[in-house]
Amino acid sequence: MIRKSRGAARVLKGSYLALVLAFLYLPILVMFALSFNESVSRASWTGFTLDWYVQLFHDQNIINALKVTLEVAVIATAASVVIGTLGAIGMYCMKQGWFNLMAVLSNIPMTMPDMVTGVSLMLMFVFVKVPLGKATMIMAHIAFDIPYVLLSVLPRLQMMNPNIYEAALDLGCKPRQALTKAIVPEIAPGIVTGGLLAFTMSLDDFVISYFTSNTDQNLAMIVYSAARLGVKPTMYALSALMFVCILALLLIVNRRSGLEIL
Amino acid sequence: MKRQWYAAPYALWMLLFTLVPLLFVAYYAFTDGSGGFSTDNILRIFQPGYLPVLLDSLRLSLYCTLICLLIGYPTAYFLASRDFSENKMLVVLILLPMWMNFLLRTYAMMTILENNGLINMLLEKLGLDKVQFIGTEGAVLLGMVYNFLPFMVLPVYTALKKLDARVIEAAEDLGANPLRVITRVIVPQSIPGVISGVTMVFMPAVTTFAITRLLSNGMIYLMGDMIEEFFITVNNRNAGSALSLVMLALVLISTLLLRLVNPDTREGRA
Repeated sequence: MIRKSRGAARVLKGSYLALVLAFLYLPILVMFALSFNESVSRASWTGFTLDWYVQLFHDQNIINALKVTLEVAVIATAASVVIGTLGAIGMYCMKQGWFNLMAVLSNIPMTMPDMVTGVSLMLMFVFVKVPLGKATMIMAHIAFDIPYVLLSVLPRLQMMNPNIYEAALDLGCKPRQALTKAIVPEIAPGIVTGGLLAFTMSLDDFVISYFTSNTDQNLAMIVYSAARLGVKPTMYALSALMFVCILALLLIVNRRSGLEIL
Repeated sequence: MKRQWYAAPYALWMLLFTLVPLLFVAYYAFTDGSGGFSTDNILRIFQPGYLPVLLDSLRLSLYCTLICLLIGYPTAYFLASRDFSENKMLVVLILLPMWMNFLLRTYAMMTILENNGLINMLLEKLGLDKVQFIGTEGAVLLGMVYNFLPFMVLPVYTALKKLDARVIEAAEDLGANPLRVITRVIVPQSIPGVISGVTMVFMPAVTTFAITRLLSNGMIYLMGDMIEEFFITVNNRNAGSALSLVMLALVLISTLLLRLVNPDTREGRA
């Protein structure tokens, strides 16, 4: 009897979770389906086509936006991996008080609304008369990417055996060698995870890019300006591709990290 | 190791690109177009035409937070329960959208709600009249809930996951019925999670923009949209900064208030 009611409860809970999953994923799946629909109107399914995907790659605006997106993401990731990893090593060597101060610093971009971050950066760039474009977008992306690298590397350092560095020195390493040959391999998985996260966040960003760049648009900005004019099937195709890429990256990050993030 | 200075580029970058820009927001908020000191822009929000937008933003954000709590709490509770706690993939799937571009997800929602969208198509097939969803407050609210729900589930799930199963068994052994176990043991223990969930939903909800634009064709206009307009279309940086400052203040005040009622931080444990 008890077992039976537990089974029923399980079914009930399962159906509730299934409903939530449907709520979260149904719109995305519908968009996927429509990106393969021959008809321009969404009202009916007239047949399978890849035309919208083909058109996507003939649209110069989209190709340009793709280049901007990738360029910004690659440069911002590279810079934030270097700055973030060095930052984590520096913080690891700090006294408690300074460490806490720096930890607060890394939390600011994560707790501030994206919109305020974007607007504030825009004001600064305008004030110092830097034209809003790819360069400003990259600087902004580095700023919000660094904390992801930092927070992926720092736990690795803290989990590491603190004697490794001393041991490397005792075995004849110079301090620099001890760092590159003993410490860096230890924290490498954290660096890779942080880099992947930074890359994903950079690909994914809309709000901050929107406010910090005028002349160069990334893919998300293209979707926004197109969506304001109504829906187009090519935008379904573009969104579907972006979803797949971001989903894949996130799943890889999730698999790699024993972090609390997911 | 004496390598503290390795953190210098990081500290410098964060100062220059997160803290200093905020000073510019404050500067523009308290000056007029010619650069003289002025409080007009800040006081403007109490004027008709602005105050209703602010109140609408607050009202919709509250609704959104409440709905997310109502849907999200059971979700987190079931996910953390014995029946599903082994199923890691399920947890990942429910939390994953949190990291995916809100714009793309809103765009997906738009395809469902449109006049030629899935729902209206189904209504038509059933011989019912089409419903105009886009442009209603309900559509915007649905879009917000759709986007921010995972932000509620994550912290509540984490809090419930930490709950010691033995505490629940102890309550059961001491004769508490299932309802009492929930109201007297589980819910009180999950309050810190609920509070951080409320913070995590309320903050992006108050700062919402673009979601409204896409799901209401501009019929519904919230604080975020107003800030966007001041900066992008009207190019009035002073008014935009003043509003951004008000928005930031709202977020900070609500975060602090929530922190005050949080038993975890109140006792200095977190």
